[in-house]
Amino acid sequence: MRWIKIIIGVTITGILGFLGIREVISDPVYFLELLLGGLTRGSIYALIALGYTMVYGIIQLINFAHGEIYMIGAITALIVASVLGLWGWNSAVIAILAVVFAIFYSCAYGYTVEKIAYKPLRNAPRLSALISAIGMSLFLQNYVMLAQTPEFMPFESLIPDFAFWEPYAHIMTSVELSIIVTTVIVMILLGMLIKFTKIGKAMRATAQDKVMAALLGVNVNRVISTTFVVGSATAAIGGVLIACHVGQINFFIGFLAGLKAFIAAVLGGIGSIPGAVLGSLVLGISESFFTGYFYSEYEDVFAFSILVIILIFRPSGILGKHETQKV
Amino acid sequence: MVTKKEIKQAVFVALWFMVLTFPIMVIKVNTIKHIVIFRWSHLFWIGIGTFFASLTWNYFLRRKEEKQKAETSDDVPLVHRLLQNDRFRIPFLVVLAIFFLFYPFVFSMYHTSIMISALVYVMLGLGLNIVVGLAGLLDLGYVAFYCVGAYAYALLNLHFGVNFWLALPISAALGFLFGTLLGYPVLRLRGDYLAIVTLGFGEIIRIIMENWDAFSNGPRGISNIPPPSFFGIDLGQHGTVIYIYFIVTGLVLMTIFFVSRLENSRLGRSWIAMRDDDIACQAMGIDKVKTKLTAFALGATWASIGGVVFAAKTSYINPMSFTIMESITILCVVVIGGMGSAIGVIAGALVLILLPEYLRAVAEYRMLVFGALQVIVMVFKPEGLIKSVRKTYEFKKVEE
Repeated sequence: MRWIKIIIGVTITGILGFLGIREVISDPVYFLELLLGGLTRGSIYALIALGYTMVYGIIQLINFAHGEIYMIGAITALIVASVLGLWGWNSAVIAILAVVFAIFYSCAYGYTVEKIAYKPLRNAPRLSALISAIGMSLFLQNYVMLAQTPEFMPFESLIPDFAFWEPYAHIMTSVELSIIVTTVIVMILLGMLIKFTKIGKAMRATAQDKVMAALLGVNVNRVISTTFVVGSATAAIGGVLIACHVGQINFFIGFLAGLKAFIAAVLGGIGSIPGAVLGSLVLGISESFFTGYFYSEYEDVFAFSILVIILIFRPSGILGKHETQKV
Repeated sequence: MVTKKEIKQAVFVALWFMVLTFPIMVIKVNTIKHIVIFRWSHLFWIGIGTFFASLTWNYFLRRKEEKQKAETSDDVPLVHRLLQNDRFRIPFLVVLAIFFLFYPFVFSMYHTSIMISALVYVMLGLGLNIVVGLAGLLDLGYVAFYCVGAYAYALLNLHFGVNFWLALPISAALGFLFGTLLGYPVLRLRGDYLAIVTLGFGEIIRIIMENWDAFSNGPRGISNIPPPSFFGIDLGQHGTVIYIYFIVTGLVLMTIFFVSRLENSRLGRSWIAMRDDDIACQAMGIDKVKTKLTAFALGATWASIGGVVFAAKTSYINPMSFTIMESITILCVVVIGGMGSAIGVIAGALVLILLPEYLRAVAEYRMLVFGALQVIVMVFKPEGLIKSVRKTYEFKKVEE
């Protein structure tokens, strides 16, 4: 059995590798564009997937409303930027304030959603919490749609074209560069938060064993709230960046982005933070190649197929640990 | 009883929500004309609304806790008690039968056609209730099978001229087949993964229908789907609607019969056992694969039948009728009505589908309310509005 698997794996990799190399040689610039596009896409997924994977690691719940938090971040940035823009403020100040407000409001929404929809269900069956999460997601989407507009709103990029990047701008725009750089910085900060701070230690302890952590004096409720807030903050950054990149947003952008990020988190091994980053990059890059070289209209089908294949053959993901279900 | 502390908390909550909703509720940006409108009155209403919402929320939360302490969870809902009482049940059923029998003749075609869609939802709800309510498998891609049924009838009719009555069993079989095929790979997954994967399947089927022009005519959809035939007699437009109404009513009755028989059968009991604890269930010798697959496949069968009726009724289908929102609407029907409770699901479908149709003014708030209701029901009344009652056997001591 094992040999058959290895042989099949090697053959598929060989064929794909051969085809890939042929494509690369025939048009290297196109290949590079796709690779960088995929990297950008993957970075955005990573910023959202972190929230999923951290929440899942701690309370074993898929936070369906997470995509909506990301959307609210983008919408808040749009609103703040437009208001300040009309008041004639300096564009650098606008950019900074828009990001600050986006992060603040996403965190506030993430915190409130947890308090309303998940906290009362901490000890309920998991199905209840999941349905509550779906309801929350539906509510937030429609709330933004009714309070604002169902149409797409143009989003003027907050990131200027950097002068020093001019020579390379034809391959990769300044916005894409900013996305990748920001993601790397956020990842490093997050890694430090989890590794070195007291709250990070408490998070790791709670993820391992909630009851034991509580016995040792960790305020579990506060740790869970903090996890939601941190996840929401990274999602907000992702929301603002993607809005700058795509140039338009509406109330529904969170849904698909949330699903894709979830797929990325599962691909990397849900509950594992490096896994979420790795899974996001793999998903982003492979999606980019798939749409670039094969069928662009089946992009979402491709992502969902990856999810199904991963869940059937390796449900614990690339970096996840295999868990046995305990009685 | 409202304590001082709770009022203080409610004021705090109101202030918090005023801050929270400020950018989205108060500021409205028109990005095309570059105008910003401040809607200050919204802020006031949100403050008032959340203040009272917080008080009621706390009140119900406290009542729920008291109830849990008292442990009187065995109370049978009023509807069930009334239905068990023969003196009430027989007249009730007679009135109901008369109402549904004469409905299309008393009310206009418009009302009849709305009732048809509500009854289709009853069928879909009962089908999904098998999967979610009884077997505890959260299926977010239920609409995929609805889509399969509708397209099966439309395409079979387009290419082979298959009529409604023949398409019904074929679609049901196709639904069963698809349910088994899609159910098989996801069997090993637990609750939340299953939800996402089924959601993915639902979207995959819709995207394929949208893009595979040669097969499904793409986003343009298929038009001119004939209504069911009545021994070759042309019934006219009004007659056809009435005819479809009776077909749907018959199908709903059939569904209710099957579902209520299934619920108390060996299979139904093993679904419920599987939902409550699947490890213990396997230890008792219940075949997990078979049990879960049948739940999936039977749910899919009813969705397929619903799809055929939908296609016949609207005479035009396109992939936009089968989005994820449709799945979530059906899920709302099941969750709000009461998971596992057939009466709850029927009532839920009728209320949730008919009310927005008649309250046109608030129809745009439909999904907002559905979302909020899902959260509220899960927090305060996880068993739904009309909860299911397990069949119990009482042993009475015979006195000598």
